[in-house]
Amino acid sequence: MVVYEKQYDIIVVGAGHAGCEAALAGARMGRSTLLLSINLDAVALMSCNPSIGGLAKGHLVREIDALGGEMGKMIDATGIQFRTLNTRKGPAVRASRAQADKQLYRARMKRVLENQENLSLKQGEVTALCVVEGEVRGVDTRVGVRFLGKTVILTTGTFLRGLIHVGLTRYAGGRAGDLPAEGLSDSLRDLGFEVGRLKTGTPARLDGRTIDFSRLEAQYGDDPPIPFSFSTLKIERPQLPCHIVYTNERTHEIIRANLDRSPLYGGVIEGVGPRYCPSIEDKVVRFPEKERHQSFLEPEGADTIEIYPSGLSTSLPIDVQFALYRSIEGLESVEIMRPAYAIEYDYVDPIQIHSSLETKPVRNLYHAGQINGTSGYEEAAAQGLMAGINTALRVQGKEPLVLGRGEAYIGVLIDDLVTLGAREPYRMFTSRAEYRLLLREDNADLRLREKGHAVGLVREDEYEGFLEKRALIVAELERLRSERLAPSESDRVFLEEHGLADLRNAVSFEHLLRRPDFSYRDLEKLDSRCLSLPETVREQVEIQIKYQGYIDRQLQQIERSSKLESCRIPESFDYSALQGLTAEVREKLMRFRPDTLGQASRIQGVTPAAISILSVAIKAGRGK
Amino acid sequence: MYLKDTIAAISTPIGEGGIGIVRISGGAAEEIAGNIFSGKQSGGMQSHRFYYGEIIDPESGDVLDEAMVVLMRSPRSYTREDVVEIQCHGGYLLVRKVLELVIRCGARCAEPGEFTRRAFLNGRIDLLQAEAVIEVIRGKTEAALALAQHQREGHLSKRISRIKEGLLTSLAFIEAYLDFPEDDIELPDCRQIETSIRESLARIEELLDGFSEGKVLREGVSVLIAGKPNVGKSSLLNTLLREKRAIVTSVPGTTRDIIEEVVNIKGLPVKLLDTAGIRDSEDEIEMEGMRLTLEKIPLADLILFVVDASRPFDYEDILIKEALCGHPFLLVLNKSDLPVEAVVPDDLGSAGTISISARSGEGIERLRDSIFSLFIRNGARDGRDFTALSQVRHRDALERARRHLESFLQSFPAETAIEFVALDLRDALHALGEVTGETTPDDILDQIFSRFCIGK
Repeated sequence: MVVYEKQYDIIVVGAGHAGCEAALAGARMGRSTLLLSINLDAVALMSCNPSIGGLAKGHLVREIDALGGEMGKMIDATGIQFRTLNTRKGPAVRASRAQADKQLYRARMKRVLENQENLSLKQGEVTALCVVEGEVRGVDTRVGVRFLGKTVILTTGTFLRGLIHVGLTRYAGGRAGDLPAEGLSDSLRDLGFEVGRLKTGTPARLDGRTIDFSRLEAQYGDDPPIPFSFSTLKIERPQLPCHIVYTNERTHEIIRANLDRSPLYGGVIEGVGPRYCPSIEDKVVRFPEKERHQSFLEPEGADTIEIYPSGLSTSLPIDVQFALYRSIEGLESVEIMRPAYAIEYDYVDPIQIHSSLETKPVRNLYHAGQINGTSGYEEAAAQGLMAGINTALRVQGKEPLVLGRGEAYIGVLIDDLVTLGAREPYRMFTSRAEYRLLLREDNADLRLREKGHAVGLVREDEYEGFLEKRALIVAELERLRSERLAPSESDRVFLEEHGLADLRNAVSFEHLLRRPDFSYRDLEKLDSRCLSLPETVREQVEIQIKYQGYIDRQLQQIERSSKLESCRIPESFDYSALQGLTAEVREKLMRFRPDTLGQASRIQGVTPAAISILSVAIKAGRGK
Repeated sequence: MYLKDTIAAISTPIGEGGIGIVRISGGAAEEIAGNIFSGKQSGGMQSHRFYYGEIIDPESGDVLDEAMVVLMRSPRSYTREDVVEIQCHGGYLLVRKVLELVIRCGARCAEPGEFTRRAFLNGRIDLLQAEAVIEVIRGKTEAALALAQHQREGHLSKRISRIKEGLLTSLAFIEAYLDFPEDDIELPDCRQIETSIRESLARIEELLDGFSEGKVLREGVSVLIAGKPNVGKSSLLNTLLREKRAIVTSVPGTTRDIIEEVVNIKGLPVKLLDTAGIRDSEDEIEMEGMRLTLEKIPLADLILFVVDASRPFDYEDILIKEALCGHPFLLVLNKSDLPVEAVVPDDLGSAGTISISARSGEGIERLRDSIFSLFIRNGARDGRDFTALSQVRHRDALERARRHLESFLQSFPAETAIEFVALDLRDALHALGEVTGETTPDDILDQIFSRFCIGK
């Protein structure tokens, strides 16, 4: 083994969505950073759907952006269709989604990485970790080089002992066309990690020239497209439509007739797959009464004919794939360019990591992305960003940045992982966030910009823009609170038309806006001064006033749980010496080793009584 | 759990004491006392001084009781927080009513051992006492677990679980609609959700009625004394009443109609019903009395099945046993002062058996205890108002659930912000979860994935 001459502050293993954010964050925080990838042509590749965002995922992207991550800027620069979802519902569940030009996305990320100071990119497969006395020192690669690093971040995606299934045919691979990482998961097992197996799948890629789009319904994006990043002013790229197709009874018959050749139903696949992203055969089996299933045909880019049929992932054999895609109206003569497949891969149960994403068994080793049992580019990027920040903070000798469940979806994500573990691939949903009404896309900057700036990831010009916006919001809220209605004659007519004739002088504008049927647009008619404010400020002011009651309630809920959240459990705490715990609770606590009382309280099976006992013991300094 | 809350509990043993004390601890203690107590001076109360006055329900203006109230300001109190103690007249119902009022005014029912825990966490108790505190909590925990076990199997908990199921289903529909906009899930019929929530609300109200104005509180409980003639039913009644009311003779069948008396057992109002002896009789008047008795059996909360221990358990006893089938009863072996002859069938023992002598009074105290603890479970075990407390806590939770559902219905269906309205549904589930166990996000997702075909 050749030991490379340079010691890095941070080594990032894997250059997917987690790895890229991690490496950029580390390097931008001034740490010498090495990014290692099995294939340097495949950085930030979208292995599955060509899109970013969606419900709760769009929220994550906004948070990544607010903290100074790259994903929002990436998609703004390479997106070919932007849509805001749930516009008919309230602001907390409104979310951004965009189709990406996959190759552009990859190429732009490569360029950003290459232009980043303090960051080296190298191709190499990591086969083992170098650990001395429970502390990571570096990584060994297939070609016999040892890279030394003060901290290491593993973002292995689907590559750890990756196994690809097409029907009953299977072969080792990290992704179609890429080699798997074979040695590393043994190295993790040897270090005492519990390693499990998960499964995911992707549909075939179709040749767009063989699809009859003229018979399909087109779906266009929003006009104008709204960017993800708080720093993007305008989306410049030309926008493209998606198309909608439906499966039919014949499709379902083909699937049913061939289930015995499915590796899933034949019992060949042992890994657990995601329930929210089932293969088409799963849908047909589980919902036999559904006559058709919808699919969006999404372009993989502006300069390619490849088409991604969403929701039609399968692990059925290739001949069945031909038949099933061609049974769909508009796809009668479709050619498959890349077959659909399922992939199994190793992951490390995330109850073995701290909220900082540092592993419990090995100091200075961090895990992010699918290795923690998550799925999704956004979930991966969020963890990558936090791992990058926290390794940099570790090298600087500072405390980690841990976001609370009431502060960010990123906080919910990581807290869920460390307290619940992952038995199936974890995806974010808004229903996972108990403080959902506070964690909106629209206020991600208000929640997180300062933290991103404090660690050094938010540029000064971006931060100043943010401060200005925040000041405008505060001033406008104050103005609306203090200014009162003094209607002129024409105003009275307007009020009467709006059924507000009962309103008289001395009603504050705030009071007016709080009425469910009265919007900022209505207020403009009475009060022209609010016209001069930027749209983002007006939106924020309106939401904060309209939903203040609910927002206050959630703030109180956070306040009530803050005591538990802030109570740290010493790392060396001895649960076996603690009187009064049931055997089950004790076993759970010893297995999870929660960082805080709040975490302990969310572990399933840990009772309020156990938390009381624990809190007393911690306060008393027992159990050390 | 949360040190910021103000907590309250009855801190005297339950029963018919001379006084009962309700203790309040936390930031709002003084304010709550101010709202319900008439005896303070205009400038408020001084710390560590007793005040005399009345406890008044601020909503209705009703006077509950006269009371002595003392305020102990932080940090010179047991918990080092502001503590108010209300000393009112003893008796289960009254003290409980005062506690309920305090909770209505903003306090939360204290967890078992919580005053002590606060005292400890606020540094009032030193390190040496820490272990003792843990023991206290542990002891309470075990009792609480036993109680929880009992309630899990119990009727109340089953009913609450059913309510939760209904709410969870409605919530799953809404959450699926919110979280999967690309899976063409339409919001289900609003009226359907509304109807379902109204049903849940009605069930909660039914339960709440059972708590606040139910039989136990309004009329106390009814206990029927049953047995064949001349086993000493009327003597038992008189002993329990401590004075002679019913005619007592040794001629079988003297009591021909139902006699009702209210007796106070350790603060619990108990309506005692003495019956005509049940027997295979042809005497018409007696038959009438027996018919009444058999009719009363299903209406009683508890039946004292009196058997003469000095005589063999015979055909007539078996008749009664069969009439009691499926109803809660205590087997009372009377005349324990005479040689025991009765051999009681095994399948009778399970209901609980007490030997007494109505004449000498032997065993009567134990019988009183048994009756009391059958209604106020665990009350006898550690002398604390355990069930009563947890009942108040359940009621507290149910009331919060009711408020959230009412507020949900007020703003549903919402045009633009259904996720805000859903908070009420989530909070209602959370409140009910305090009684039967938490609803986790995974429970919601399980429902969604089993109902909807998700995944684009």
